[in-house]
Amino acid sequence: MTPILELRNIDYSYHTLDGETKALSNISFTLTKGEFVSVVGPSGCGKSTLLSLIDGLMQPESGEMLLKGQPLTENSDQIGYMLQHDHLFEWRSIWRNVLLGAEISRRLTPETKRHAKAMLEQYGLKQFARSKPSELSGGMRQRAALIRTLLMEPELLLLDEPFSALDYQTRLTVSDDIGQIIRRSGKTALLVTHDLSEAVSLADRVIILTRRPARIARIIPVTFDLADDTPLARRNAPEFKTYFNEIWKELNRDEQTEPGPKPADKS
Amino acid sequence: MNRLNRDRNRQINPDPASTGQERFVRRLRRHRITVQAVRILILILFLLLWEICADRGIIDSFIFCSPSRIFLCLRDMVADRSIFLHTGVTLYETIASFLLVTAIGILAAVLLWCSRSLSEILEPYLVVLNSLPKSALAPLLIVWLGAAPATIIVAGMSVAIFGSIMNLYTCFTTVDKEKIKLIRTLHGNRRHALFKVVLPSSVPAVISNMKVNIGLCLVGVVIGEFLAARNGLGYLIIYASQVFKMDWLILSICLLCIMAMALYAVIGVVEKMYRKRF
Repeated sequence: MTPILELRNIDYSYHTLDGETKALSNISFTLTKGEFVSVVGPSGCGKSTLLSLIDGLMQPESGEMLLKGQPLTENSDQIGYMLQHDHLFEWRSIWRNVLLGAEISRRLTPETKRHAKAMLEQYGLKQFARSKPSELSGGMRQRAALIRTLLMEPELLLLDEPFSALDYQTRLTVSDDIGQIIRRSGKTALLVTHDLSEAVSLADRVIILTRRPARIARIIPVTFDLADDTPLARRNAPEFKTYFNEIWKELNRDEQTEPGPKPADKS
Repeated sequence: MNRLNRDRNRQINPDPASTGQERFVRRLRRHRITVQAVRILILILFLLLWEICADRGIIDSFIFCSPSRIFLCLRDMVADRSIFLHTGVTLYETIASFLLVTAIGILAAVLLWCSRSLSEILEPYLVVLNSLPKSALAPLLIVWLGAAPATIIVAGMSVAIFGSIMNLYTCFTTVDKEKIKLIRTLHGNRRHALFKVVLPSSVPAVISNMKVNIGLCLVGVVIGEFLAARNGLGYLIIYASQVFKMDWLILSICLLCIMAMALYAVIGVVEKMYRKRF
């Protein structure tokens, strides 16, 4: 079976007048359909850059990216990208925010609207369709943003720390909530996060990146022997700690073997 | 002022159960009534003092005029309808130049936003033109365009246009980059970014820009009328000062005051309508 996404030897550097900053070096991995993969790494190591490259917002300097076996050159509409903040527009109602993507790609058909309505109902936002974004809680806003992304029916979801703007309690429930929504819809997801427990609780595999220039340090498969495999149940399972420690050690090993100034800026 | 009104509306229906709340509201209301009353009282006292001083010969009523004379002058000018002509001309020229400044300002700022190179190239020109005293341009405009209403409209525009373009462009460029990135992740292009993000999020800035522009356009129009007009309040002021018709002069200034207030209030209403919708 062809993987949904395949990256082969991706390199990327940022250029300024002061010089070149190597962000990604020789990144290769594959995603199979329905898989949920987390990417963790030290802050500023180029995790977000990786997502921007896959979404076609930036072009890699070298290497190959294949989406379902086809070379990925530009912003493909089979990829949905969820940013760190929900960026719901205050001058639009939730309903019109959710339809923004469809509006842009001229797919505002009765079919899409029905779909959007069904999703709002399914995720408990039906009575807020006419509300302004500021009237919703952080968790509800993030769900609205997810509907906006899912309405485009992407095969592959890119999640760029989508829960990091939420407070801790909301974050646990929302990541549980959204994690299950994504699992149930059978989408493939690539989650970038700096929260190790979030990575372990959601993913099938965890990709660990080194500090800049980021290489893949290790890929750890994560399997839980649970009847009800939800992110919250995982957090309570005994294996959770083992995985957490394994990733933690891997990240710190990187720190010891390659000492250097910690990059302050976030990529 | 707007905030005061809004606060007042909010406090019309306080919780009747609490006497502390009631006392607070009563005190606040009394304070506002006092402020309003003192404002009106100052105006009345000023006019009275002026009238008495002119009447008793303490000040020279030929130079300083008097409220009663101004009022008589107003009555005469309403009777012979000349007041409507002059006010109407100035009002028309101001509104025309204001609308043109707003339209051209937004269009130019959009153009600059669309091409970063263009904005980089033009930046020093805009800065120089904006800091130039625009009254210096008026005589030039008269030579070029002749003594016609169009010249005065252009003079009105010249005062506001460059600042307007620069302000709006700055506002467009400070729109959250992540919001534009969102449009790109939803497969939108730069046109989508403009119409879905940049313009809607800049509406408050456009309105506050309009508030500045309406005042500046009035300044420009009056300067233009000083130099090249056969009617309008600016013309009336210059003519009256030359023939020492002080009642005309002061009346014209009062009319300009009222006009500036009214135009500003109209934009205030537009702003309130926008706020209510969003």
